[in-house]
Amino acid sequence: MTMDEFLKNMSGRFGSNILNINKKSDKRAYIDIYPKDIKEFVRYVFKELSFRFDTASGVDDFDTLEILYHFSHDPSGITISLRAILNDKQDPHIDTITDITRSAWWIERELHELFGIEFNDNPDLRPLLLPDDWPKGVYPLRKDFQPPKRDSRKE
Amino acid sequence: MSHNAHIPIGPYHPLQEEPEFYKLVVDGEKVVDVDVRIGYNHRGIEKLSESKSYDQSIFLVERICGICSSSHPIACCQALEDIGDIEVPERALYIRSICQELERLHSHMLWLGLAGHFIGYNTVFMWAWKYREPICDIMETVTGNRQNYAMHKVGGVRRDIEKEHVSYILKRLDEFTKHLTMLKGAVLDDPVLHERLKGIGILSKEDAIDYAAIGPVARASDVDIDVRRDHPYGVYDRVKWNVITQKEGDVFAKAVVRILEMFESVSIVRQCLDRMPEGPIDSNPKEIPPGEGIGQIEAPRGECFHYIKSDGTNSPVRHKVRAPTYMNFPTFRETVIGETISDATIILAAIDPCYCCTERMLIVNSHDKNVMDVNELIRLSQEKTRLIKDKYKAI
Repeated sequence: MTMDEFLKNMSGRFGSNILNINKKSDKRAYIDIYPKDIKEFVRYVFKELSFRFDTASGVDDFDTLEILYHFSHDPSGITISLRAILNDKQDPHIDTITDITRSAWWIERELHELFGIEFNDNPDLRPLLLPDDWPKGVYPLRKDFQPPKRDSRKE
Repeated sequence: MSHNAHIPIGPYHPLQEEPEFYKLVVDGEKVVDVDVRIGYNHRGIEKLSESKSYDQSIFLVERICGICSSSHPIACCQALEDIGDIEVPERALYIRSICQELERLHSHMLWLGLAGHFIGYNTVFMWAWKYREPICDIMETVTGNRQNYAMHKVGGVRRDIEKEHVSYILKRLDEFTKHLTMLKGAVLDDPVLHERLKGIGILSKEDAIDYAAIGPVARASDVDIDVRRDHPYGVYDRVKWNVITQKEGDVFAKAVVRILEMFESVSIVRQCLDRMPEGPIDSNPKEIPPGEGIGQIEAPRGECFHYIKSDGTNSPVRHKVRAPTYMNFPTFRETVIGETISDATIILAAIDPCYCCTERMLIVNSHDKNVMDVNELIRLSQEKTRLIKDKYKAI
């Protein structure tokens, strides 16, 4: 499977549900999608096409939050990123993909605590990296995060 | 009333670079559930990287892990080179691949030693760490440092391999290979180890795929993946080597994969030294344009993944780092549950989780308040090996 074949099949299957395709090279492509369709896309690339889930990365774009789900296809050497843009920064939420692949178990917990993204129907969103006494509603990887002053520890 | 006891393991161990906290739920000898809490060593490197320049980021990611201090910088450089379509000179690619393979050798040796210690083979521990020395010496010759090499930069490498050093490197490699062959025989032909390690901590192929396990953990479960072959980078498509896989998925298979991989690595280093062309080692790129890039490389423990988003300034907008253990760790939910406590240590060690947290281990039995520390747990593991050994002596 080459990148062009993959993109053609994907366009044929999802049509107007794909917002934009940015083919960076024969090995890399970024595909923008609606957050509501994430499950269908992940089911297609992970289950049907046997891509390997690399990781997901959240990005704070000041006005919006976006999640990139990175997948690699080892037999053909292509890597794709599904970009879901969450417009509501106050209450960002997206469906969980942990029921499709357990490999997303930790990364959803991480995105939840570092970006404040809610994953619908994910039963396990306990903190993974931050300490237990981390204040609620403070998300360190957002651009507006201000690290606490050192003096505040003395109080 | 439940008869399950909770075993808190961790989180700190002075020898390990990544502390974690495990909670094993045991019913008698049997592990029935397990939970992990990481983050005790969370240094906010992804956030920190956003405030550094690209050149500094590479030094920063080098300090993520003391063992993979060649893998992270290369992945980071590759992500940046992907953004700017930056060409890397041929000779630099060869030097990068040599560093990668040397790192794999010393990391696997380190693992072999610790695994030996956990099951009571302290001779293996002493040997493996002693025979790892030539590799550190070669690293020092090539990069100037035994650890934290500061070797890689966007567009190339910082130091060249001098001609007069090649014969020294080959000599030390010969020395290493001799010892490695001996160790391989000592480990793989030992009937006690077969009995001790076979059939425990099995990760099935389906689970390995579902958890997206990578590196030696996946390859031991018959998942034939290797970033070096599948997503070629460096010069891995120009040298001859094999991807080692095993079918069983147990602890023994993971050991076999790592040991046999070392021979492949030695062969790759030799071929690289032999074929390395003359030429520049750095293309000196001046700037990183706006865009997104991904760097994937095969670190000793599996795929190391870097994603960088640039807006054209001197520092990244977002720098995501996914180290291999992050994907391999959750698999031990599948492998530990159902096994005995005396096997838990070696199963945890078998995924090579940047070894963590075993010294502060406590066993708290909720009934008789029986408290044991890590030495007790390792003793349990070593005791089991001794019993098997005695059985073989009796035959």
